[in-house]
Amino acid sequence: MNAMVGETYVRRLVIFYIPLFMFVFVMLFPFAWMLITSIKPDAELYNPRISPFIVREPTLEHWESLFGTTLFIRWAINTLWVAIASTAVSLFAGVLAGYALSRLVFRGSTLFGIMIFVTYLVPPTLLFIPLTGVVTWMGLQDTTWSLIFTYPTFLVPFCTWLLMGYFQTIPKELEECARIDGATRLQAMSRIVIPLAVPGILSAGIFAFTLSWNEFLYALVFIHSPENKTIPVGVTSELIKGDVFFWGALMAGALFGSVPVAVVYSFFVEHYVSGMTGAVKG
Amino acid sequence: MTTPQPVNAPSLWARFATSLEDQRVLGYVLMAPALLLIVIFIAYPFVLGVWMSLTDKIVGTPGTYIGLGNYERLFASDIFLTAAWNTVFFTTVATVFKAVLGMWLAVLLNRRFRFANITRASVLLPFIVPTVLSTLAWLWMFDATFSVFNWTLRWMWQMEISILGLVLKENWGFFRGPLWLGDPDLAMASVILVNVWRGLPFFAISFLAGLQTIPPDLYDAADIDGASGWKKFWHVTLPLIKPVAIVVIVFSIVVTFADFQLVYILTRGGPNNETHLLATLAYQLGMGSGNIGQGAAVALFMLPILAVVIIFQLWYLRREGVR
Repeated sequence: MNAMVGETYVRRLVIFYIPLFMFVFVMLFPFAWMLITSIKPDAELYNPRISPFIVREPTLEHWESLFGTTLFIRWAINTLWVAIASTAVSLFAGVLAGYALSRLVFRGSTLFGIMIFVTYLVPPTLLFIPLTGVVTWMGLQDTTWSLIFTYPTFLVPFCTWLLMGYFQTIPKELEECARIDGATRLQAMSRIVIPLAVPGILSAGIFAFTLSWNEFLYALVFIHSPENKTIPVGVTSELIKGDVFFWGALMAGALFGSVPVAVVYSFFVEHYVSGMTGAVKG
Repeated sequence: MTTPQPVNAPSLWARFATSLEDQRVLGYVLMAPALLLIVIFIAYPFVLGVWMSLTDKIVGTPGTYIGLGNYERLFASDIFLTAAWNTVFFTTVATVFKAVLGMWLAVLLNRRFRFANITRASVLLPFIVPTVLSTLAWLWMFDATFSVFNWTLRWMWQMEISILGLVLKENWGFFRGPLWLGDPDLAMASVILVNVWRGLPFFAISFLAGLQTIPPDLYDAADIDGASGWKKFWHVTLPLIKPVAIVVIVFSIVVTFADFQLVYILTRGGPNNETHLLATLAYQLGMGSGNIGQGAAVALFMLPILAVVIIFQLWYLRREGVR
């Protein structure tokens, strides 16, 4: 930071502003492109001779066709429901397991800790084929329940891992005081430790919510009926018919499928970032 | 104790409530929901997957045990060998780019400037938005006929011609620009580009969190010693950020190695099955052609590499923890 004092303006421009601007431009360009494409009439979209950067006659026809003629609203409701329910299940299991692993001494706790860590690093792509068998066997295929029960496979290890770290930052003495005053272990946990861990739980929850909103593979494999799909799968499978791409509607779908997570994220940036970096550092 | 006391069995409830005071009991009770989910939806599918890979199961049939037949057939298949090589290549190249560019971006973001917070927040967008949806935008940008990149290339080319005073001005149709997803090498490069675009913010923001823990007086000390900016980066920043960097890189290797969505959306493994990764090949065999045994076998090939990475990570975390 002190280095900036002696810097000339030109030098700052070259080593700082220009590279930073390039990074930001590249990171955000695809989103601008979604917006531009979604408000351009087909006549302009599919004319390679005119500049694609200029929208001459903006139109909302693609937005209308997305909301009016496709099941997009239905997919949005499904996605929201799955994301909230699987996050709730994962937080419940993750808070309890995280508390047990960070606070209680019991046989096998180290082993459980390693197990949670290992499952945290098991990618969904490794298990989706046999998991399809399990989902079918439980009669959950083609329902949103199949996602609510399987998303916790990657959310629970993550939540547990994150919350273990968080619980360790809460002084043990607080609990011990409560127990001296006659509280049971469960009461000490639910009334002292969990309220103090709310920021950590919120971080885990926000991160888990965005992960389930974005999940693709399980939703692609388990769900077949158009009305049960989530946004990522619905947009990619129902808006592309064979080789025909309705780019206007597709980009409108991509835009409106991204906006909800972006809004949630913008309200909780700090929590999201601490969830993300905390999950990595453990 | 506020637990509701059933009239018929007070002693049982009371006994349960007291036993929860014993941490050996409470520990298992609290672990139960997480363990149940892990056993049913991870451990059991894993065993099932290993079994499936040893059978000739096709969708709708139980399948019979054929030993290592699937694995033998895979090693004899060019498509599989290409996919395995692609996965290693894709992971290595993408991770190197993400780490280097991510570090650069983190260093930039770590400076004090106006709108720093909103810049940091907006740079993370590619990472939080649904990957398939942003990848669709890239698919459109790589379009064979309407690619915005090719339009820009054509435009620049035409500008050059008019500056040089040539007469070709109106006839720019014959320069079409590259077919981004039509050529195997270019398609792989495009997939890597999108992966770097998506994963770079994660590296940058994690590295930034690491940079912010470095005490500023270390840089002051380096300043007094007359160190240049580059030297400070090599000798102060890099050694101190190494622990964070290693964990982030290892984590990213796992995710990149198992990537499915980018190839599924951008190329579907094409052209000519040349851009498949293990995950997309497993999907094509297991779900597309219903050849479940082979699909499961392909997916399990991710395991050895993942195991090495996980063991390294555990060892590293433990070593850091001891210090």
